[in-house]
Amino acid sequence: MSNEEEREAKGESKKEAAAPQPEPVPPAKADAVEGTEAKSETVVVEPTPTEPAARTEEPTIVRAAYEHPLPIRITHWVNAISLFVMVTSGLRIFRAFPSFGPKIPEKVLLDIPKSLTLGGWLGGALQWHFTFMWFFAGSGALYLAYQVISGHYRTMLFTPRDIPGVWPMARHYFFFGPKPLATGQYNSLQKLAYTSTIGFGALSLLTGIVLFKPAQFSWLAFLLGGFHLTRGWHFAAMCGFLAFIPGHLIMVLLHGWSNFYAMLSGWKREPEYQE
Amino acid sequence: MTTRLEEKDLKRQSRRQLLKLAPVAVLGAFAFPKVNQRLVAAGVRFSDWASGGLFRSQHLAQTFSNSEVVPFAEFPYNGYDVLDPEVDLEKWTLTVEGDVQHPGEYKLAQIQALPKLSQNTRHVCVEGWDVVGSFGGTRIPDFLALVGANTGARFLEVECADDYYESIDMASALHPQSLLCYEMYGQPLDRKHGAPLRLQMPTKLGYKQAKYLDTIRVTNVLKPGKTGYWEDQGYSWFGGL
Repeated sequence: MSNEEEREAKGESKKEAAAPQPEPVPPAKADAVEGTEAKSETVVVEPTPTEPAARTEEPTIVRAAYEHPLPIRITHWVNAISLFVMVTSGLRIFRAFPSFGPKIPEKVLLDIPKSLTLGGWLGGALQWHFTFMWFFAGSGALYLAYQVISGHYRTMLFTPRDIPGVWPMARHYFFFGPKPLATGQYNSLQKLAYTSTIGFGALSLLTGIVLFKPAQFSWLAFLLGGFHLTRGWHFAAMCGFLAFIPGHLIMVLLHGWSNFYAMLSGWKREPEYQE
Repeated sequence: MTTRLEEKDLKRQSRRQLLKLAPVAVLGAFAFPKVNQRLVAAGVRFSDWASGGLFRSQHLAQTFSNSEVVPFAEFPYNGYDVLDPEVDLEKWTLTVEGDVQHPGEYKLAQIQALPKLSQNTRHVCVEGWDVVGSFGGTRIPDFLALVGANTGARFLEVECADDYYESIDMASALHPQSLLCYEMYGQPLDRKHGAPLRLQMPTKLGYKQAKYLDTIRVTNVLKPGKTGYWEDQGYSWFGGL
């Protein structure tokens, strides 16, 4: 659906760009057509001799890209909320037995501060965890389905071709090396990061299923190395997300409002790539 | 893919697209405790419903060889209040009530007269730890047959000498590995592990494995707020593995 809109929006813009001297728009008319689907036709072609003052205004043309179709934006935000809840409630659950070893003798591996956790106590945290795991799984499934069906995944999937681009980008970010030329929506390092998060999500769901129902999914428990070890994998998947999230947030901050706004509205103003 | 747009068209497009995210913003309401407590209560109910659907009544939980069992000393004692409610083991009987043909008091010897099942299974605590232990006892379905229980009823309720209480779904009670356990590691159950009789079901979490059993009731109705000691405070009722 949003693909159609994207095309529609582009088609509209091409026509406008192709028109050598776009006519100024009478304000009253623009208001009248706003919100209707056939808006651009009238907006561009109708001459308005009655309002000579408007003739002198040149419309400002900006470069823009429709980066994030609606399903991606919805699943991104549902996922962001779910992930926040899953990590903070998960840390509270971990606090009840902060070890991967035996119960006797119990060796405390990590003392998680209560302030970083959600739920108040183990039972409360489990309620959050058992609720938002469905949102997490649901948004993940919708996201993957949309990516595959729409083909949109090509903008972000990390492939072997991206390998040579990783180091120059990392050098730019971490060691202030020269900035590699931006050729697409995402650079190689971004593709690596985003593709990894899909792996973390899949791992946390598979291990989560085993921790939730180890007897019913005994075959999956076996594949993951047994129930006991699976708890470690589940924690490792969270660590993957915790490695990704700060970097992701810092990059969003560094790239400013238009980058953030693009994940809300879909549209990015003046993207740095030319393609 | 970049494109060129008039400034006002870009703004209009952006605004329209932004509005489509409004339903996601509704999630902000869940920042309020009154709202989110209802949400997570519903979430747990949904999870329990899904758990009931996922439960396979004849699928056996993994069993282990004797070499994989932790030593008896490393099997934790866990209780909610006192570890030894000082049950008088000589006079002890199990009260059977509810939707059964033969209600009354049952002696331990009557329970032990039924076929004994010994199994090494994993005991999983809701806190996250797990131990493989050795358990022996009477299969709950055998005992329910002895007392003439209506296995079409929905629940099995138990009450304990330490005032702990629990309830389980009938499908889990009838599972072939579900035990009225009177032995651990080949020895009579010790007092801190729930002597003389406890539940031991490898398809349930530890808090469902009530100790020091006192009463068993077959019923179709659970009183709200009286479904299980921990469940009434927020744990999942199904508690299944």
